[in-house]
Amino acid sequence: MTALTVSAGREEDASLRPLPWQRMAWVTWRQHRTPLVSVAVFLGALAVGIWVAGRTTHHVYAAAVAACESRNSLACPGMANTLLGTYGFLSNGFILQGVPVLIGAFAGAPVLARELETGTFRYAWTQGFGRWRWTLAKLVPLAVMLAAAAGVFSLVLDWYYQPYVAEGSQALGLTAYTPFFPGLFDLRGIGFAAWTLVAFAIGALAGMLIRRVVPAIVATLVAYAALAFAVGSWLRPAYMAPVVTSNLNVPGSAWVMSQWWTKGGRFTFAGSPPQNLLNKYCPNGPAGPVGPGGMPKTTGLAECLTPHGYTQWTSYQPASRFWAFQWIEGGWLLVLSALLIAATIWLVRRRAA
Amino acid sequence: MSPNVVEASGLGKRYGSTWALRECTVAIPEGHVAALVGPNGAGKTTLLNIAAGLVAPSAGEVTVLGGRPAGSPAALDGIAFVAQDTPMYKNLSARDMLHLTRNLNRRFDQPYAEARLGELGIPLKRKAGKLSGGQQAQLALTLALARRPRLLVLDEPMAMLDPIARHDFMASVMTAMAADGVSVVLSSHVLAELERVADYLILMSRGCVQLAGEVDDLLAAHRMLTGPAAEADRYAGRLSVVHTSRGEAQAHLLIRASADDPVPPGWEAHTVGLEELALVYLREPAPAVLPGPARARGQNNQQTEVTK
Repeated sequence: MTALTVSAGREEDASLRPLPWQRMAWVTWRQHRTPLVSVAVFLGALAVGIWVAGRTTHHVYAAAVAACESRNSLACPGMANTLLGTYGFLSNGFILQGVPVLIGAFAGAPVLARELETGTFRYAWTQGFGRWRWTLAKLVPLAVMLAAAAGVFSLVLDWYYQPYVAEGSQALGLTAYTPFFPGLFDLRGIGFAAWTLVAFAIGALAGMLIRRVVPAIVATLVAYAALAFAVGSWLRPAYMAPVVTSNLNVPGSAWVMSQWWTKGGRFTFAGSPPQNLLNKYCPNGPAGPVGPGGMPKTTGLAECLTPHGYTQWTSYQPASRFWAFQWIEGGWLLVLSALLIAATIWLVRRRAA
Repeated sequence: MSPNVVEASGLGKRYGSTWALRECTVAIPEGHVAALVGPNGAGKTTLLNIAAGLVAPSAGEVTVLGGRPAGSPAALDGIAFVAQDTPMYKNLSARDMLHLTRNLNRRFDQPYAEARLGELGIPLKRKAGKLSGGQQAQLALTLALARRPRLLVLDEPMAMLDPIARHDFMASVMTAMAADGVSVVLSSHVLAELERVADYLILMSRGCVQLAGEVDDLLAAHRMLTGPAAEADRYAGRLSVVHTSRGEAQAHLLIRASADDPVPPGWEAHTVGLEELALVYLREPAPAVLPGPARARGQNNQQTEVTK
């Protein structure tokens, strides 16, 4: 019974190399194939649906462009509404905003929460592979696969929303969306994949912290919504210093941050002018063209105010910065995801209870 | 002296404001089936979780298998841990559990595992969640043994089992012990089962090791004295009395003494059994006198002190 050779065991320790990473490939696939396949099926079905809708949308768009490019067409004015009304529930992109977080929460939160909830971590973390390497070998491949699936899926979205954000569409009055429109910006480019990635990372960390699947999913949804709201409201406008111009012809595709007026180099008002100023200089109200959505274009206001020494200033993000913004947002979301995953692994490593 | 499979000094573990383990010093030598016995909340599971590398101690140090830090890759490699309630992926088949464990470990004896499950009549295709409690425990034990560990740690392995499954389970453990020389540390409430299998006893109470030693040594070092109740107090100061129980006429004193020690006139000395000994200590959480077998190798006697 006491015949164990301990000295041999010690020598063996010195050359004890970690088990190769590829051992975890089967483990990760076997344990997470259900969510992975579900996500693939879900995104595939959604892509087919959007493709079918997109064929109609592109058809309507082609007709609208044809109508509005010939200046005499009587059909043009109605076309903007027709385009917006075609699969109108999709047109502003808001309905798809939840897709990244649903994928992330569904696939990310259970990875650790289920182990902790059912107690199987006591099996998994006492095997020879080692717990932090086990965690890394699960989270990183899952994150990469989900982000890749989301990236492929967003190609369909890129195509679908082309009519709404195409450079010429605003000029023709067919749409008021800029490429930075909150509902569309993160569905296109690398945004969709990046947001899916960060949702997964939030889910994994929430699962580790909360240790129960359903509360972790709920927490992921809440945290993601807060992050997305904060980014859209405050962070994204500040990625690059806006262009400031006194030119009244700001392109329709630009993302206008603010407008204000000066007289003699001094600030007078921002937004809508004081009533006494309107009564004095524009008694008939601002004239001029009306843009999509019935909003008065500020050129009308400028016509009556400019002769009296007022200057209109506009700060905006030009549409040409779309990809710069995409890379900035994608970049920091990637860094944030890496940090969240690193924090999760660190917690697994030092978890006391 | 043979190396220790578990060696802890000054070990403490705090959950919030309560200490599950406190100033715990213990050394479990190799080549035993060591039983960890104690009431609920004594710190048995905490001690095993720390030894298995699952939980990090708040204070003190633990090494396993002759000096490997608990939880280190070398320690994980040599210890197979079967946790309480034998957690398992319920949606994985027995075959998948084998495959999983093989992937996660340096050594895995697949033919042994398959043969053992075959003998036990556990179908490889069946999902772990559909196995009976006894089969799940046997599957968990098979996974652990197929890793060819040097130390097998079992936390309450018999809690969920009926008497037959319990018997089969312990028979499997004993067979593995005899065949491979694997050391075993297990915790249990079931004193009667332990008497048959354990040859090393560690009694725990209130987060401390109260008594530890080879069962034969412990039994040899204790005597039950029976004599007139009126004289009991006279000897209480002079002998190492662990526990006194008084009847109307007779008193029973459990004392630390060897067979050679003189017996007071008018008193009779009996040897004690493991269950009897354990029960006395469990009822008497802080006996005043505790020299002797509990001493860990090269360590002080702090484990005998119960701090409030």
